Amino acid sequence: MTTTRTDRAPVAAPRVRRGGRTAWVGAGLAVVVVAVLGYLPFLTTRGTQVSLVGLFSLVVLGTMWNLLAGYGGMVSIGQQAYIGVGGYGLVYLASTVGVDPFLAVPVAAVVCALLAWPTSYLAFRLNGGYFAIGTWVIAEVVRLLVTQVDALGAGSGASLTGFAGIDPTYRIAYVYWMSLGIVVLVVGGVYLLMRSRLGLALTAIRDEPTAAGSLGIGVTRAKRVVYVVAAAGCGLAGAMIVANTLRVQPGSIFSVDYSAMMIFIVVIGGIGTIEGPVIGALVFYALQDTLADLGNWYLVVVGVVAIAVTLLAPKGLWGLTRGRVDLFPTGYRVG
Amino acid sequence: MSWVNAVVQGILLGGLYALVAAGLSLVFGVMRIVNLAHGVLAVLAAFGAYVLGDTLGLHPFLALLVVVPVMAAVGYGLQRGLLNRALGGGELAPLLVTFGLAIVLQNALLEAFSADSRRLDVGDLGTASIRLGDGLAIGVFPLLAAVVGVLVIAAIGQFLARTATGRAMRATSDDRDAAALMGIDGRHLYAVATAIALATVAIAGVFLGARSTFDPSAGGTTLIFAFEAVVIGGLGSLWGTLLGGVVLGVAQALGAAVDPAYGVLAGHVVFLVVLATRPRGLLPSAVTA
Repeated sequence: MTTTRTDRAPVAAPRVRRGGRTAWVGAGLAVVVVAVLGYLPFLTTRGTQVSLVGLFSLVVLGTMWNLLAGYGGMVSIGQQAYIGVGGYGLVYLASTVGVDPFLAVPVAAVVCALLAWPTSYLAFRLNGGYFAIGTWVIAEVVRLLVTQVDALGAGSGASLTGFAGIDPTYRIAYVYWMSLGIVVLVVGGVYLLMRSRLGLALTAIRDEPTAAGSLGIGVTRAKRVVYVVAAAGCGLAGAMIVANTLRVQPGSIFSVDYSAMMIFIVVIGGIGTIEGPVIGALVFYALQDTLADLGNWYLVVVGVVAIAVTLLAPKGLWGLTRGRVDLFPTGYRVG
Repeated sequence: MSWVNAVVQGILLGGLYALVAAGLSLVFGVMRIVNLAHGVLAVLAAFGAYVLGDTLGLHPFLALLVVVPVMAAVGYGLQRGLLNRALGGGELAPLLVTFGLAIVLQNALLEAFSADSRRLDVGDLGTASIRLGDGLAIGVFPLLAAVVGVLVIAAIGQFLARTATGRAMRATSDDRDAAALMGIDGRHLYAVATAIALATVAIAGVFLGARSTFDPSAGGTTLIFAFEAVVIGGLGSLWGTLLGGVVLGVAQALGAAVDPAYGVLAGHVVFLVVLATRPRGLLPSAVTA
């Protein structure tokens, strides 16, 4: 027993806060960028808008894959299952059932979530690399089943006819605004999700699943929520892609190349951050454009870059800021 | 009779699936990583044999004498240069690196050889068959491929059971840290395991390329079939993997007998049913590799 304890000077309680000044910069920047992008259809050509919707779909896909792998610790190479179901869902609902296409997009995403929930019970029987291939098999099964359905155009695919009667200029602008809205919803949604109790649980699971479980976190439940949310997000992206191109074809919408793109975007941008996939999508979009003449070599180049980043700079481009800039802070800082 | 025929064809095909799977599970057993480029590497070996046949006129069997050692050397170098580094980068890094490698190799093959389907020509052997009775004949080449598959799997089993290196691999599989304390050089051992895996996948790739057509994008399905054989048979058992390969081959052959479009799908369905009802596989085993 010591007597000095009561002599200690009172210490001020540490200040605990999220982010700091950069977070306000981030929020302000996000509002300005979205406002500018929202005004673009009045300034640019239809071609630019179609191209930008392609970029928006990359942002959504990267953000969803980052949610799965970067926050949920699940490497999936089968998200094309939900991209395809989202795309086909839009075409079926709009062209065959006659639902308004802009209503059909969220409905298609809900269909993806409803499909992902039971599927997760099968996929979660596998771990790590075997989980990855398992998700790929599930995507192949969905592709093969869709190819058998004549109502969906079987092997040759189907066209989106729900927009008939809308002037192309308006149609393209509406699809552009819808896609911009989906980007805001998805990136903002993941940000809010990661600031919630579930986000904290996911961070703990990513760092050490066994320890997280022993602290009373429902590990499987949290992962299942992530898997279902990511399926819905990929469904939105798929619907966006089809609304943009007006055509869906099983060989391309269910292509594993989508998984490759998602992984490269997240790895290059910075895994496990909100900003990373957005930056990765911008880089991938720029590379796709510059290397377009090289045919398939562009995937070779991007693949080599992704391998090099994984080995040499595992935190990606956003990691170069060394945590000094936090535009979308999800954690707390003391001090 | 066509049903019996389908079953026999499926069994023979299963031997080759199991051979691809053996390399996949050897690498997984030793270093706990799944090489997502495994299937593309089988296709790479088939293209190697194709180039040797096209330029030098080598028979695919003679080409094996070149392709197998080259692929083993590639495997050793790949592990030392790339994958050992990835192993230090946490759980995700090996998956990201091997998947990246798969995409790089597949698209490089696509640029080099175009998307055309090719087939390795084994001469008269490709059409020779043994008549077993009314309407039932076994192709000599599929039979040979299955026998080679079983022999290579048996050789891997003997290697793991009886040699010092095999023992070191089993020890590393059981407890990596304890094995390292006993003086086992993990980096070298991992590279040897990958070299063996790529040598076996090269054999499998050449036989698969001679059995049916292949193109640069065939790596994905090859990986998926090997993975399904592993899971159906049960993780960690070489003979389980052989059984898994045979079950998968028979399911595909029977599905294709109903309708050619159902072949691959029937294999996937059997895989999913096993995963749902017997997640530890048909022959669960505690034995490693």
